[in-house]
Amino acid sequence: MIEASIYKKIKTYKGNSQLIVDAQFPAGSITRLYGSSGSGKTTFLKILAGLITPEKGEIHVKGVCWLDTHKKINWKPQQRRVGFVFQDYALFPNMTVQAHLAYATTDQQLIERLLLIGKMESFRQHKPAHLSGGQQQRLAILRAMALRPELLILDEAFSALDDDLREALIIELKIILKEFRTTTIIVSHHLQETAGFAERTLQIEQEH
Amino acid sequence: MEWTPIWLSLKLAACTTLILFLIGIPLAYWLSRRHSLAKVVIEAMLTMPLVLPPSVLGFYLLLTFSPNSLLGSWLHTHFNISLVFSFEGLVVASVIYSLPFMVSPVKSALAHLPVSLAEASYTMGKSKLETFYSIQLPNIKSSLWTATVLTFAHTLGEFGVVLMIGGKLDGVTKVASIAIYDAVDNNQYHEANLYSLVLFAITFVIVILVFIFNRNSARGPLE
Repeated sequence: MIEASIYKKIKTYKGNSQLIVDAQFPAGSITRLYGSSGSGKTTFLKILAGLITPEKGEIHVKGVCWLDTHKKINWKPQQRRVGFVFQDYALFPNMTVQAHLAYATTDQQLIERLLLIGKMESFRQHKPAHLSGGQQQRLAILRAMALRPELLILDEAFSALDDDLREALIIELKIILKEFRTTTIIVSHHLQETAGFAERTLQIEQEH
Repeated sequence: MEWTPIWLSLKLAACTTLILFLIGIPLAYWLSRRHSLAKVVIEAMLTMPLVLPPSVLGFYLLLTFSPNSLLGSWLHTHFNISLVFSFEGLVVASVIYSLPFMVSPVKSALAHLPVSLAEASYTMGKSKLETFYSIQLPNIKSSLWTATVLTFAHTLGEFGVVLMIGGKLDGVTKVASIAIYDAVDNNQYHEANLYSLVLFAITFVIVILVFIFNRNSARGPLE
């Protein structure tokens, strides 16, 4: 179980507002996160990953405290083992597909398995600039999975995939997520995009 | 034509570029991160050599390093170092004078890298140092080339600061640009022309090399 209770002030073009989230994510569950543009979805995900620190909040993962602003506990992103698929993919232009996965893990068997799942075996020596949008998105997902993450965060990670590819990837991802017992949160504006993947939903809205 | 001034210029440019590569890149990284008023003031000070007349900078460096000054006498007493009219003094002055040429392009390139690249690396368990060497530096390679070449070429052509702090001691501080001035002053136009041609050729080759190394970069080599 992942329990998060977050309070964060947010500055927007409309003025100041606040992000207040009180949520629980059962271990191994897949939750679709949605909300209007600028509602703070990405901010919330980055707080979970340790990339942003909220004014107040607590995060407990399987009974382990990652964040408690009151007790001044704040694990670094390096300690949290969160696989993060960024909206812009955040692929490293200097690295090949293979090097991306090797940067996340030394487990060669896992690398080969992930390349197979993502149908990327024949692109292992390609750099991101020579991959299509869909291939880049798959690589970002595979790289996050290479960490064997405790928590997988997918920030609009299926948007560049066509229906067939998405459905095939979802089937394989669900198997590996179950095996790794990874809890998953996926941001998606379209319910159809996560059909057959997410089993729970959580809405995020700012409070003024 | 004597080759010593050319050799001295190359040695000065190489020493300055090497030192600035070592101190300029960490400085650029620090400046590229979150802004603060202190950083604005420091960056403004680092940029001053770009706009200040070289003779002004040279004059103040001469006062600062002279044996009568606090710093100059302290260096002389404790380390037996005299930076005025010495090659070491030229190197120190050049490092200060060429600092913005190394720091500005690198800082700008680091600031333009998407933040998510470093964030992705952190989530993969990599430290800030590992991320810097494995992700950030390799992805600003063309800017590193540009900064290195600009620093080298700028130091090679230095005149005002060098003349003020080093004078024109044969074999010690008389670099190529001073030798050209000296030759013209003595009506030796042929010799001045030879020095100028050599400097022109060296600089041209360096710039060509940068264009070749950066030919695949989206930006122009000197952007």
